[in-house]
Parts: sequence; C-alpha cells; structure tokens
Amino acid sequence: MGIHYLYPDYEVLRNFDRCIACRVCERQCANDVHEYSVDIKKMAADDTKCVNCHRCVALCPTRALKIVKTDHAFKENSNWSAETIQEIYRQADTGGVLLSSMGNPRPLPVYWDKMLIGASQVTNPPIDPLREPMETKTYLGQKSTKIRRDKNGKILCDCAPQLELATPILFSAMSYGSISYNAHESLARAAQALGIYYNTGEGGLHSDFYQYGSNTIVQVASGRFGVHKDYLNAGAAIEIKMGQGAKPGIGGHLPGAKIVGDVSMTRMIPEGSDAISPAPHHDIYSIEDLRQLVLSLKKATNHQKPVSVKIAAVHNVAAIASGIARSGADIIVIDGFRGGTGAAPTRIRDTVGIPIELALAAVDQRLRDEGIRNNVSLVVGGSIRNSADALKAILLGADAVYIATSALLALGCHLCRSCHSGKCNWGIATQRPELAKRLNPNTGYQRLCNLVHAWTHEIKEMMGGMGVGSIEAARGNRLMLRGIGLTDKELEILGIRHAGE
Amino acid sequence: MVKEGQQGNRIPSGCAVSAVFQKDGRRRNGEDIIRSIGLMHERSNGLGGGFAAYGIYPEYKELYALHVFYEGEKSKERCEEFIYQNFEVHSLSKIPTRKISQITDEPHIWRYFVEPFRRRLYESQIRDEEFVSRFVIKVNTEIEGAYIFSSGKNMGVFKAVGYPEDVGEFYRLEDYKAYCWTAHGRYPTNTPGWWGGAHPFALLDRSVVHNGEISSYDANRRTIEMYGYKCTLLTDTEVITYIFDYLVRRKGLSYEEVAKVIAAPFWSTIDEQEEAEKAELSYLRNMFSGLLVTGPFSIIVGFSGGILALNDRLKLRSMVVAEKGSAVYIASEESAIRLIEPELDKVWAPLGGEPVLFTLEGGAR
Repeated sequence: MGIHYLYPDYEVLRNFDRCIACRVCERQCANDVHEYSVDIKKMAADDTKCVNCHRCVALCPTRALKIVKTDHAFKENSNWSAETIQEIYRQADTGGVLLSSMGNPRPLPVYWDKMLIGASQVTNPPIDPLREPMETKTYLGQKSTKIRRDKNGKILCDCAPQLELATPILFSAMSYGSISYNAHESLARAAQALGIYYNTGEGGLHSDFYQYGSNTIVQVASGRFGVHKDYLNAGAAIEIKMGQGAKPGIGGHLPGAKIVGDVSMTRMIPEGSDAISPAPHHDIYSIEDLRQLVLSLKKATNHQKPVSVKIAAVHNVAAIASGIARSGADIIVIDGFRGGTGAAPTRIRDTVGIPIELALAAVDQRLRDEGIRNNVSLVVGGSIRNSADALKAILLGADAVYIATSALLALGCHLCRSCHSGKCNWGIATQRPELAKRLNPNTGYQRLCNLVHAWTHEIKEMMGGMGVGSIEAARGNRLMLRGIGLTDKELEILGIRHAGE
Repeated sequence: MVKEGQQGNRIPSGCAVSAVFQKDGRRRNGEDIIRSIGLMHERSNGLGGGFAAYGIYPEYKELYALHVFYEGEKSKERCEEFIYQNFEVHSLSKIPTRKISQITDEPHIWRYFVEPFRRRLYESQIRDEEFVSRFVIKVNTEIEGAYIFSSGKNMGVFKAVGYPEDVGEFYRLEDYKAYCWTAHGRYPTNTPGWWGGAHPFALLDRSVVHNGEISSYDANRRTIEMYGYKCTLLTDTEVITYIFDYLVRRKGLSYEEVAKVIAAPFWSTIDEQEEAEKAELSYLRNMFSGLLVTGPFSIIVGFSGGILALNDRLKLRSMVVAEKGSAVYIASEESAIRLIEPELDKVWAPLGGEPVLFTLEGGAR
C-alpha cells in the first residue's frame, strides 16, 4: 500500500444469494483471486489479482459471479488518462519496461470496418453457394507464367513447390512454449482436418507433432530455437520470421518460467533460461543476406518446400516486400500492428508499425506496378477478426490470411491480455500442467474446425453475392470494395473508391 | 457526363452477339449478319453496335489496317504525325459511310493501311505485332480525341453508337466481303454516347464481342496491367481482349488452352480427369489464376483464320452454335441463326466453359 498502490481495474462481484461456496472459483483461478474464508463461511475475492479472464464466471455453477470495470476514477483529464498515470506509477516503482500481451488495444483506425463489400443486382446474377460450386481452394507459391513445352508440344507442368489450402485461412505462428502442448495439438489436428496449415512459431516442433508435418509450416526465427535438419524437412513449408506486427524491430521473448520439460527440449535450450531472440537475424543485415538464407533453406530441403518470409508492417513495407519478392522467397507474410503476441513491450506494441490494411494495399500494388506479383503469394495477418475481414483482405489483394487471436478465442481465450504471466486459466498460454490440461485437444480441434468452417461458409455466401464463383477471381478485385468515411488519401492508398461512387 | 473509362467510370452492359463463319473461306457481304443481329433488336438499346469482318482487305493483306475515330482536326493532326513517325502509310482515306437519321454525332472516321518502319522495329528490338500493339495502346491512352479501334491485317472493325442494324447500314457493310463476321448489339446501363465504347473491341487481328458482366473484372484488370496493357475503357470486352492477346500471342497458348485458363473447370471436375490432363488443367489454372474470368459471359473471338465461342463455366448467358455445310453460325438466340439459314445440319448449345473453335480449312489465308 501507499504510493504504489493501484486500485484494481476490475472488481469481482459476487451474488451471495446465489453463491453456494462450492469453491470452484477458488480452484479454477491460478491468480489466487478467490478464497474461502472459514471464519465467516463465505467466499472472498482479492480484486487486485484479477486479470478479468472470466474463467470463474464461466465455471460458476450458480452464476453468482461477474466481473465489472471499476468506477474508481482519477480526476477527469483528457490528456492524462488513468492508464497513463498508472503506467507512470508502475515504472517509477520498478524502473522496468512495461510488458503487455495480445494485440494493440488502442482506439486506432480499423480500416476493415471502413470498407464495404459489393453485391450483384440485375445486371449479373448472384450465385447461390448451396446450389452452385463455390470454390475457396487456394495455392500459395511462386507462379511462373512461362510456358514451356516438350517436343510433342505438351505443356511442361513443373512449377515451384506450392501449398494447397482448402480455404484461404492459415493458423499463424504461435510457439510451443508461448502456448501449451494441448493448444498446439488442437491447431495441428485442426489444420490437418481442414486441409490448411498451422505454424510452429519459433519454438521448434514437438516430436509428437511430426505426424502432422504435411499441414505444418515450420518457422525459423532469429533465435533459431529448435531448428535442425529434420525440423526443416518435417513441415510442408518453411517460414523465416523477420518480424512480428506486435513488436516490429525486436525479437521474440519467452520468460524462463515457461521453458520447462518438453519446451526446453524442443527449443534445444536449458530449462528455466529466458528465450530472448535477437532483434535481427545475425546472418541477415541486408536484403542480399536474406536471399542467402532463403536459398540455404531451400538447399537444405532439396528445393521441395516453399519458403515464406514474414515481416512486420512498417512504414516502407512496400519497398521491403519488393526486395523479398526478388529474393527467391515463395510467400511474403505481412503482419499488421494489431497482431497478437505472448509478450511485448507495451510502448512498442502500441506505437510501432502500421495497419495491415494499408500495408497490404501498398504491397500488392507495388508488386503489381513492378510486374512481380506472381513471384510470390501474399499472406496477411494482424487481427483478422471475422470472415468479412478475411474476404476484404483477399479483395485488397491477399492470397490468404493468417489467424491467431481468433484461433485462440475459439480455444477459449477471453483476451485478458495476461499471457506473459504464464498463468492462463484457459490452459492456452501456460506450461503449468494443472492449467494446460484444462484445454482438451479433442474439443479444441473441433472448435477450430467449426470456426474455419463457419468463416468459409460466410466467405462463400459473400462471394456468391458478388457473383464470384472462385476465390482467385476475388483476389485483388478492389472494385468490389468501397470505402466509408475515408479521406481521399486513405482511399488512394487502399486503391478503392468511396461508397456511392 | 463522364466518358466511359474516365475517372474510374465503369459501365456494365447486357448485349446480343452473332457471328457467321465460312470454313471454306467463301466470302459473303454484310447483309446476313446485319439481319441476324437486327433480329435481336430487343437485346440492345441503341447505345452501341458494331461488327468485325475478316478477309475484307485482300489487296492490302500484308498491311495493318488502322481504323481511327477523331473528335476533331487537332487530334487527327497529332495522331497522324505520330503515325507518320512510325509507319510507312500505303494508303489512307475516310471510311465510307452513309448518312442516315438513326446515326448522329459521328466523329471523323479514318482508315490507314500501314507498315512499321524497319528501322523502328530494329531500334526497339521487338516484333512488328508487339510494335503495333504498343503503338495502339499509346495512341489510345495518350492522344486525346484520337482512338484506334481496329488494327489488324486483312480485317476491320466497324462500330458506332446506335442499334447494330443501323450501324451496319451506316458503314455500308454490304460493300465488304468477309469469310467471318461477328456482330454486337449493346445494352449499356448508362448513356456514354461514345463511339469508342461500342463493340467489338479489337487489338491487332483479334476482336471480341461479349455479352455479360464479369464479376472478376478488377482482378483480371489488375493482373493483365502487370504485363504492359492499360485498360482505358474499363469494359469487360477490353480486358478479355487483352487476356487473349497476352495468352495467345505472347504466351503461345492455343485457343483451347486459353479456355482452360479463363473458363477453367471447377477443381472437382479437374480432380476427375486422368493424370496428364489433371496436371495440365491444374497447372494452367494455378499459374494464371489472376486471369480466371467469373460471372456471366458469352464471347465470340474473331482472329485471322478462325473463330472461338466460349461461355462462362456456369453458362449464365445464352449462346447457340449451328452448322450448315461449311457455314458456321453462332448467336445469342437460335432465331437469329434461323432467320438467315432456316435449314441447319446441326444446332447445339455449348456447355459452360466448353470452347467451340472453328478454323479455315487449309489454314489462314
């Protein structure tokens, strides 16, 4: 108590008429918020520990609990918000860098919400996906427009390796370590069942999951954790992680508390040691160095696997993408500034990078202006929240989208943004066995399948409305989008017209 | 009113199409095709009609025939100066027209038979076809008021704002003899009142008439513009013509192979094919995925020595093909064929995505 005491953001409200003191909340909360008081024979709660993850609320059998935002307030001040003031107290207390989890929560423009999708009326027919074929199958990889023929004139059909996706959605990189074994198993099995891919993230691949290799993208990040020849050959594709939307310019952080048992073995680092990836790859200080790594990885996998390069959406993203498109890479992944993370410095998460919508529009247009769009496929992530966001991304020019936060929500995440604590009550972002086991992979994988099926169905409905029968005819089809409430400059960058035009 | 293609103004339209093709190369004048397209009067609305005719300039068959609209003397001067810089002009004249009350506000319509200067070709290190196509695109995008609407050898496009039967009369098509005629009546959902916007649309000897409104338009446009084309009219027909030009002339695909790109079979159909066919279909569809055309279309592509008819995969537009002896008829409606040839050997409606190709016996001439 005293100067560094912060009144909690959230209060636990308990309806004692309903509470039967079954103590479920107490057992479920890894943050030790709830406690049974023997003296008064009642449950008590310590609001200061509550992260508002809703685990207790969801499991309370008598619906006796709810969490509310506190009405405790500083004197009103438009410049000095309560959050800003409290952050200063916290830093004055500890001298430390503020840490946060998950994506940028600040009220910055969400361009997805300022774009509207078109539909057919009269002059051409909408197509009913229940009655006509509606195709979402997507191939990722270099497209060659060279036609070569054998001596009989038959077209030679050898092309660069491709990833085949039943629907243009992939699960984005989340390392084993940052999330649990069961979360990984759920993602891997769902990717296989859905005919799509999940991404190992930078923590290596648990030996149990090699069986899902044909639906796995293995990541190589600056820390090179868990990277070896078998790992590179275990997946369907390799992703070089140059950056991440939540923290452009710095590497991944995994606190030592999460480096236990199999996580340590999979990462090939000692238990309990912090896994701090360097900001750059120390063999890549320039675009020509990147080319060498791309080609080395191809060599290591006998040119059988596409190589993708993931970058954060930063100011000069179009120029960077242009360089990558000439580096031999097959896929460029762009991660927007609202992308999630297991842990990032708050200031970087909230203020570095640009929205994925603008980055995507700029990159797609630049690659087309240079005539090299076919050299690479374009995958974007960084807060694709629903099927409409996904379709808008494709209409702007993406080949497919990466989802991670949405996938975690499907697994039960309640977006309490406390992943860095390692005490995820939903069994996702934790390595504590008693918490991790709460996520049942049988349920988890089914829920992920449901989510992607539902989105695919919705994408088909919207495609049908536009009269577009195949997803490739939606890709880059910007006439199908209109802006709402956007400035001329924003419309120009997005390459779309305003609603009503 | 903003002209078609300007400031992103895209005008969808419905249409009628018709074509007559003689496999034996026998040439007929324009009267039949005018009657055929005229029967489908209700499918047009008087805002655009046109014809493409093949084999009409045998005396100049080695030369490119440029048909040009000029809005005024100034644009003509600028364009002609540019023509003379690049081509040897063997002959030039106004295209003969007939004054009729139904066709008004005509621009100046000129015709040039030209041959690119050898020196120019040598300097630019490109083939003459590429040279001419770049020249046409340059004139149409850069010289205001000038518009080259036909640029092939031994063929010509004739088009105007009006009903197609009136357009045929206006251009005196009874005076031309062709082994292949294609025709178009337009029903734009707007009133552009601009002659360049009428169809057929042509580049070099390849002309396209199209009925439909493609939903893949902007995906196709943004793809084809990567390869040096510039869509100025923002019409389906324009982008489809460029796609054919790119795939046939520059990529060397056959017309059947082009059909596998722009009206690619569904993946479920591809999966049913035997291995070699499956590999080729997958390859073409995947490598040229940006050129898949979706939404309704029925198109007739005319080219030297042949004709192609193609429907979208779902067959969302009508199209009938018929044969009688060595004559081939293609039209939006069977009645438009029966009118000029009541006794047919064979009549059928091609399946969605199934290309129907006819070529001259003994090759192009």
